[in-house]
Amino acid sequence: MQAKKRYILLTLLCVVLLYFYFARHGMKSKRLDTNYRNNLPSFATIEELSESPSRLKRNPNSKSKACRMETCFNFENCGNDPKVYVYPTDGPVSATYRKVLSVIRESRYATRDPLEACLFVPAVDTLDADPLSSEHIADVASRLSRLPHWKNGRNHLIFNLYAGTWPDYSEGSLGFDPGEAILARASVSEALFREGFDISLPLFHKEHPERGGTPPSATANPFPASRHHLLAFKGKRYVHGIGSETRNSLWHLHDGSNLVLVTTCRHGKSWKDLRDERCDEDNKEYDKFDYEQLLANSTFCLVARGRRLGSYRFLEALASGCVPVLLSNGWRLPFDERIDWRRAVIWADERLLLQVPELVRSVPPERVLALRQQTQLLWEQYFSSIEKIVFTTIEIILERITMHRTSRHREALIWNTAPGALGTLANYGDSRAHLPLGVCAPDPPVAPSSPPILLPAPSVPLIAPPVTPGNTFTALLYVQATSPALHKLLANIASSEFCEKVVLVWDSERAAPSLKSLSRMAGDLRDPLPVTVVDATTHYPGGGVSARWQPLWAIPTAAVFSLDGDAPLLAEELDFAFRVWQQFPERIVGYPARNHYWDESKGAWGYSSKWGGSYSMVLPGAALVHRAALALYAAAAPALRLAVRRADNCEDILLNCLVAHLTRRPPLKLAQRRRYKTAHHRYKSSWSDPEHFVQRQSCLNTFAAAWGYMPLVRSVLRLDPILFKDPVSTLRKKYRKMELVTS
Amino acid sequence: MAADLHLKSSKQAKYNISYRKIVYHRFFVGLLLFIVLSLVFTVVFNAFSGSAPRSDFYERVNLEAVNLPVQKVDGDSPFSAPRFVNCTYWNCFNVYKCGRGGHDKISIYIYPLQDYRTENGKAVSHFSREFFEILETIKHSKYYTPNPDEACLLVPSIDTLNQKAFSSQHISQVLGSLKHWNNGENHLIFNMVAGSEPNYNTVIDLNTSSAIIAGAGFDTWTFRYGFDISLPLYSPLAYEIDNTQPKQKDYLIISSQTNVPSDYLAELQGIASSSNDLLLLDRCKNDINDYTKRCEYTTGKIFDYPEVLKNGLFCLVVRSARLIQSVLMDVLASQCIPIIIADTIVMPFNSHIDWNRIAIFIPEDNIKNLLKIVHSVSNERRGELYWQLRWVYERYFASIEKITMTTLEILNEKVFPLSARIYEDWNMPEHLYGPVNPLFLPVTAPKAPGFTAVILTYDRVESLFTLIRKLVRTPSLAKILVVWNNQKLQPPPASEWPVINKPLKVIRTKANKLSNRFFPYDDIETECQLTIDDDIIMLTPDELEFGFDVWREFPDRIVGFPSRLHVWDNVTSSWKYHSEWTNQISMVLTGAAFHHKIWSWYYTYKMPAEIRRWVDDNFNCEDIAMNFLVANVTRKAPIKVTPRKKFKCPECTNTEMLSADAKHMSQRSACIDKFTKIYGHMALKSVEFRADPLQYRETGSGIPHLYPDIGAL
Repeated sequence: MQAKKRYILLTLLCVVLLYFYFARHGMKSKRLDTNYRNNLPSFATIEELSESPSRLKRNPNSKSKACRMETCFNFENCGNDPKVYVYPTDGPVSATYRKVLSVIRESRYATRDPLEACLFVPAVDTLDADPLSSEHIADVASRLSRLPHWKNGRNHLIFNLYAGTWPDYSEGSLGFDPGEAILARASVSEALFREGFDISLPLFHKEHPERGGTPPSATANPFPASRHHLLAFKGKRYVHGIGSETRNSLWHLHDGSNLVLVTTCRHGKSWKDLRDERCDEDNKEYDKFDYEQLLANSTFCLVARGRRLGSYRFLEALASGCVPVLLSNGWRLPFDERIDWRRAVIWADERLLLQVPELVRSVPPERVLALRQQTQLLWEQYFSSIEKIVFTTIEIILERITMHRTSRHREALIWNTAPGALGTLANYGDSRAHLPLGVCAPDPPVAPSSPPILLPAPSVPLIAPPVTPGNTFTALLYVQATSPALHKLLANIASSEFCEKVVLVWDSERAAPSLKSLSRMAGDLRDPLPVTVVDATTHYPGGGVSARWQPLWAIPTAAVFSLDGDAPLLAEELDFAFRVWQQFPERIVGYPARNHYWDESKGAWGYSSKWGGSYSMVLPGAALVHRAALALYAAAAPALRLAVRRADNCEDILLNCLVAHLTRRPPLKLAQRRRYKTAHHRYKSSWSDPEHFVQRQSCLNTFAAAWGYMPLVRSVLRLDPILFKDPVSTLRKKYRKMELVTS
Repeated sequence: MAADLHLKSSKQAKYNISYRKIVYHRFFVGLLLFIVLSLVFTVVFNAFSGSAPRSDFYERVNLEAVNLPVQKVDGDSPFSAPRFVNCTYWNCFNVYKCGRGGHDKISIYIYPLQDYRTENGKAVSHFSREFFEILETIKHSKYYTPNPDEACLLVPSIDTLNQKAFSSQHISQVLGSLKHWNNGENHLIFNMVAGSEPNYNTVIDLNTSSAIIAGAGFDTWTFRYGFDISLPLYSPLAYEIDNTQPKQKDYLIISSQTNVPSDYLAELQGIASSSNDLLLLDRCKNDINDYTKRCEYTTGKIFDYPEVLKNGLFCLVVRSARLIQSVLMDVLASQCIPIIIADTIVMPFNSHIDWNRIAIFIPEDNIKNLLKIVHSVSNERRGELYWQLRWVYERYFASIEKITMTTLEILNEKVFPLSARIYEDWNMPEHLYGPVNPLFLPVTAPKAPGFTAVILTYDRVESLFTLIRKLVRTPSLAKILVVWNNQKLQPPPASEWPVINKPLKVIRTKANKLSNRFFPYDDIETECQLTIDDDIIMLTPDELEFGFDVWREFPDRIVGFPSRLHVWDNVTSSWKYHSEWTNQISMVLTGAAFHHKIWSWYYTYKMPAEIRRWVDDNFNCEDIAMNFLVANVTRKAPIKVTPRKKFKCPECTNTEMLSADAKHMSQRSACIDKFTKIYGHMALKSVEFRADPLQYRETGSGIPHLYPDIGAL
């Protein structure tokens, strides 16, 4: 019994001890905690938190501080459509800067009148401020200050790629005082960057294409990424001086297969005098690897700083789908005001160089997949040509201006996903729901309704664009003459299930018909279909064929069914097309397909309406297009629109090129119909007129030249209704009449 | 006899007692052993677990200590150096201090509490509740370390939250005297109210040297980008606001601040007098000190604060003496869309939280256009802003604890960039925006790599061989992978396999599971995989090649041949599986379908485990699960290729075939129902189209067809 008692006691003791051991902490702290906490005073009283200012007017006191848009930029001259003025060139300008100026001059931002300009770009070449460089232009400072609208640089935009010179490559030494000008510069560090004012540029080669540019090379997305090397670097090292430590110690990490980090000191005239004991060995390894091959075959690419913070290899790595691993402490990445680089690069730390292999090894494969896709996306959208880099710079500034006026700008996701900021208009809508994106977010839950507007707003509010994809479409007809075909089409539209409105663009010398609505078929209980007739000859005189897509103000839906007045489309075809388009709002979805091809003998692009096995265009004579794409069409580059106006033709080809350029996807052709013309058609000359054909061919080449590449993408598939021509009772089929249309 | 009996029983009793004793003994010894063992275990666990390494050597900071050691601050003790204006993460932060101990997260040390007093005995600073909560959050977070030598960040335990409540001069001296100060390197200073009359500096007026400042109310000049952290100004009122919402909001815009600068107030009065859209509130004249009441400017109508905020769709937050206002937190908590009027303000946690998803910014010059701007905000954007508000508030701002944790996470992401979460994780609630599509690059996949056919087979060798012979005639086939799902039967020897010109590999599985067909085998080296049943021998090479070409155009979708539909059954109020001839499809069966390899990886590692278990337990529905998975992530429908054909060969009349079974069908309906419940919504999308070759059923054009052999039954 004694033993039993002893044991019981002992156990009890243990339990109590244990209890105290574990519970002491939690119990005590919890109880004391609340008491103790509640007895403490709050950090500030409500009076202190809501303190009123002692002075009436805030005093920005900008002179002593670095520039901000609020203090150094004059918004007054920037209306709803801010313009950029480029000074006329006088004096020496490098080839690169000439390209920069020319893309701005030919862009839709440009104006020839300095008085209506909001932003000024000097024709003084400021790209290279290194006096030792051959591209350096002297006497920049005085030439800038002599500019007629300079005013200490206010509202000016200055481009700079190289600042400072040997030996310290100081970032600050530009050779001139930018004053209140916005500096768009490469290799800028966090310390000197004027936040929200300056713009960080990528460093690009002299050979960087002016327009177009190489399309992304890594279109494959294998998972997991199975590239030959994990991490690669091939480049110069400097042995001595600023920025040399990082590259000098890279050889520690080199293992010849997985991690290829090879450097050479063989550059410059006197490398043999400056070389150190590793140079010979390094050079041997260096010659074993080919730079391009390395980039293409490596998952990660080291982007180590050179003398300056930025380097060419950043863009080179992006282009080849090699995820940049940054070794450049303090560098502000290109356009980081809007581009979210966390999606595309990995930051390493120069101070922790030896941890880099460990770092890249621990990136999970699904992250690598995302990073690599993003490199391609960004390269394609913002970096692959000088035009894109310059336009991105300008768009960022213009967006700040619109933000200041209307408190809206493109949201971050637009900048960092396809089709990107250059493919969306800043003033088209304020939500991604308005834009043609591949996928829409799920419907949000119902928000409390907003209060009824009691009084009208003081001025007419901007009307928000319709939501994508929406449940209905608007038929936008382009009519040059009435015909039986038109009446038949109108009747078909009236019996369509999803048509909400008809907009009839009347482009003829004869008086426009006065049509208010279309009556439905017998037995159709819906209200008559509203019609708006727009007389193009009075509304858009001289607009030519492009006028057909001008009256966007009359279109209340995101889906626009662009139709030629005599297109022989059935109601079923209209509805099926719309049902498909709802799944692909970013593409052109329709019936008449055409193709393009490279004509080896002429060395030019050819246009084909032959019925081959593939197509690259769907003509908007009978196709659905997103309203935002038509808005973009209206804002297309002036050269393109001019080509259409001159030819009074090709507007459909231009729209196809434009949408393909934005989406990188082919259009979608539906069902079997290929013809969309009956005997009557709008071209005075015959449809098979060779001249008409030649004209379209030359348009295609003009467009390809203007973009710098051929944007059209081919496809081999068409979309049919599920039971199309299947051996099953027609009673089961939803789209029965479509089957009878053979071509 | 009785005695005998008695004796026997007593003997028995004795025996029983001794037996019991032994049992007791063993029981207690066992218990003791257990206790001792568990004690040892806890000690060992504590010592080796990452959270508090060597905690037994360093005492955790005691935040509730009552009798603090008094520390006199001498008038002539040295000051710490003034704030270094040009600090960046790269030149002021000592990264070598971080990551000691090998775990990839920052560690934070809190200085022991001390009672600092001036020479005349006055406290240097008041220890506030909020500061206590900050320290306590750090102490209980996974980042805390009691060991200053392995700390990546150090937090002085002097309350610096309110500029007005401490003496700058003395605290600067205290900071300089801290044991590990070293010019403020890797120190973290918390501050909420910065600056005081008349300048109202936007940064704490303290000699912080190169310490990181987590502070509220920075402007773009004082904020050191990538180094400092911008905090919200905590509002004790916001904490009390619950998440209920009225059905209808009564006011378009509410201005509830009592400290709007007078020139801006004049502009607002002008707007309010001409429009009913702006409800302009101020202090009530009769009770100036009552902060829970606000009165309408002109009529004097009384409103309760902060309850009134819930009644507004937009609420103004105007700069005043300070750039940041505590009303911002009240407004966020009330789910009223903030309109922020404060030039050059640095918003809280601006490095990670996208304020354009929560608020509208109006430049101070532009107040006159307030109504115009608000009216131009579309309904879609209003909805987006509105739904974002409370989510963001509850995640990052709802309490001092949340604010502190967000600060620590941002610092952690800075030091260990790989642990960083992407924009969507920070800013886009999955319940509103859905998951992120892992294949977002808009491309047509390249043709050259081809596809890998993955054949799941059990024992139908003959059919398998026929299939293999047919498959290899497809030009783009790169490789065949046979997943041998039969553990009892050896696959036939190599000599019996058909002789083919493409690589073929047999993988033997460990268990007969349907999910094996979706394992992301390393042997699948192409992006695209064709999963195919061993009895699908009716597809022609043209059809397969065309299917692959269609997949290339839609690389993020399932592209395949046999299709099915889900329909809502009103009678049973449940989803039904439909395999008849329909005009719509929402699923493509993986008996013959192309998909990207990443979906196999998703199926194996990211799909809800419950679904995978269900599939393996019921030996069914793996294809439905795959369709749900892809549709849920991409919000896109699958694509059916080419006309319908009989997928079960007419001559195979054997009844073992699973699909023939009526029970099988009802089970599949149950699957759809079950998966819908697991995902919380019907993920499948139905469409009315299929993909055919451009020249399908086209005759008489005289041009040879690209894919001639399509659509034969």
